[in-house]
Amino acid sequence: MIARDRISKLTANLILLAIGVLFVLPLLWVLFASINRTAGLRVEFPTSPTLENFRAVLNTDTTYRPVLNGLVLCGGAALLTMVCAVLAAYPLSRFKSKFNRPFLLTVLFCTGLPITAVMVPVYGLFVQLNLVDTIGGTIMFMATSSLPFAIWLTKTFMDGVPISLEEAAWVDGAGNMQALRRIVLPLMWPGIAVVLIFTFIGMWGNFFVPFMLLLSPERLPASVSIFTFFGQYGEPNYGQLAAYSLIYTTPVLLLYLLLSRKLGGAFALGGAIKG
Amino acid sequence: MTTTVAPSAAAPAPSGEPTGRGGPPRGAKLVRMLPLTPAIGLMLVFLAGPIIYCVYAAFTNMALTGTGANAVKFVGLDNFRKAFESSAFTNAIWLTLVFTLISAIIGQNTLGLGLALLMRRSTKLVRNFVGTAVIGAWVLPEVVAAYLLSAFFNDDGTLNVMLHWVGLPGQDWLYAAPIIAVSLANIWRGTAFSMLVYSAALSEVPKEIEESAEMDGAAGARRLVFVTLPMISRAILTNLMLITLQTLSVFGLIYAMTRGGPGTKSQTLPLYMYEQAFSFSQIGYGTAIALVMLAIGAVFSLIYLRGLNSEAA
Repeated sequence: MIARDRISKLTANLILLAIGVLFVLPLLWVLFASINRTAGLRVEFPTSPTLENFRAVLNTDTTYRPVLNGLVLCGGAALLTMVCAVLAAYPLSRFKSKFNRPFLLTVLFCTGLPITAVMVPVYGLFVQLNLVDTIGGTIMFMATSSLPFAIWLTKTFMDGVPISLEEAAWVDGAGNMQALRRIVLPLMWPGIAVVLIFTFIGMWGNFFVPFMLLLSPERLPASVSIFTFFGQYGEPNYGQLAAYSLIYTTPVLLLYLLLSRKLGGAFALGGAIKG
Repeated sequence: MTTTVAPSAAAPAPSGEPTGRGGPPRGAKLVRMLPLTPAIGLMLVFLAGPIIYCVYAAFTNMALTGTGANAVKFVGLDNFRKAFESSAFTNAIWLTLVFTLISAIIGQNTLGLGLALLMRRSTKLVRNFVGTAVIGAWVLPEVVAAYLLSAFFNDDGTLNVMLHWVGLPGQDWLYAAPIIAVSLANIWRGTAFSMLVYSAALSEVPKEIEESAEMDGAAGARRLVFVTLPMISRAILTNLMLITLQTLSVFGLIYAMTRGGPGTKSQTLPLYMYEQAFSFSQIGYGTAIALVMLAIGAVFSLIYLRGLNSEAA
């Protein structure tokens, strides 16, 4: 029995390692290429590592402005999503109403709609409303598109906060919003942080929405402006592309680390999703 | 979801079911629901609005240039007829199906489940290494992931170097088998999601049940199929729904890797729609395709919602 256990454990480790290596290889490319002046397409450690690629991309047009645009866009949209999601989750979690079930089913249904498909009519709508190429309009659409999922997750986390504490507050004469702010939110901030960070990470990587709704180069976020590396001049500079990719990825990596150190990481999200 | 939508015995139920019994002191029913308005407002304007607009535009000849730009008129089912008669559209449908089947239903789902199962038997060090690598691939922005994998699959890329080591011929995978390459790319990028969902689900399967099944002689595969999988069937269903729908609407990854090419060999529905609506300015036709995609998404969504409901009942 024990010998068999050990063999099965060894096999599991070996298979996992092999899969892990396959996942790591493409990641290694970006790390090595970013410090290689003559980077090509294969994973190879540079003969003379250099920071020149980073120096070349660290300027307003290539990096600073797109990253700042991305922060404004995704930060604003993630906050808007969260505020709306928390407000919406409260009555859904706390009060029984005939309206809850159909609403939650609709929300669940909306999480399934392919946002990509909505983009053509959204573009049409934006033309009608004169919202094309505005940061505000794009923020509102990005917030809306992640709202169904955020409401669903937030409600799940909120259900975990016992209602008895609020009942005491209600007796003391606190209103709903007061109870939400003073009692529920402090108790569920880890859940809120998880939803907020994941919403932000999703938006930060989103390419299609800003690609369609924003036009002026000076408004484009990092996810779209990365295309400028593939100009009309043939082969891009892979080293600089890799360096830029790393810089662009850093904010979400930091957020993710924060999440996994303080909040139980993505596994908390998995727990909330799996039902 | 612990209450209304999908009650689950395993999930921690809030210690007083929110029945509203006792309720807050002030406020009629309608006032209580007031906090929902910002969310509903946004969703009406930016989600329901476009969908309704989509239903309208799909039956017109709306276009950014040409006759449809000046005088928009109803054309009935013309756009749909045109679509189903066009070989480019059927090609896109097929590619979308292949892409979804390989990358989501087979790839991400099985690999994610496999990883979650194997991780329960592995040592902590290996588990952390693999977990970090898989989640790292997931956290990367879409376009960055696309570049990494373009490099990986390229003629001069790492995959061919590895194939040469074992004596196999290499080729430019993005030209030779673009839909396979983008499918593998989507597996690389998306597996973490399934892995997380399954890890969470498996962590709630009591060890004793599996052990007693083992005592009864149910070994390996049998134990997995008859004991473990049924216990996480809800998670499997939820996961399948979410990844299928995510995969149906993948755009950035494919666009950045192949732009749908070479030719139309990796042009899935979202890319075809984009090309028709914007490169060719046929908004009416583009929205008709969007409507088809929405319908496919809606059907999937409904099937799984039904599944969840009957499971829960």
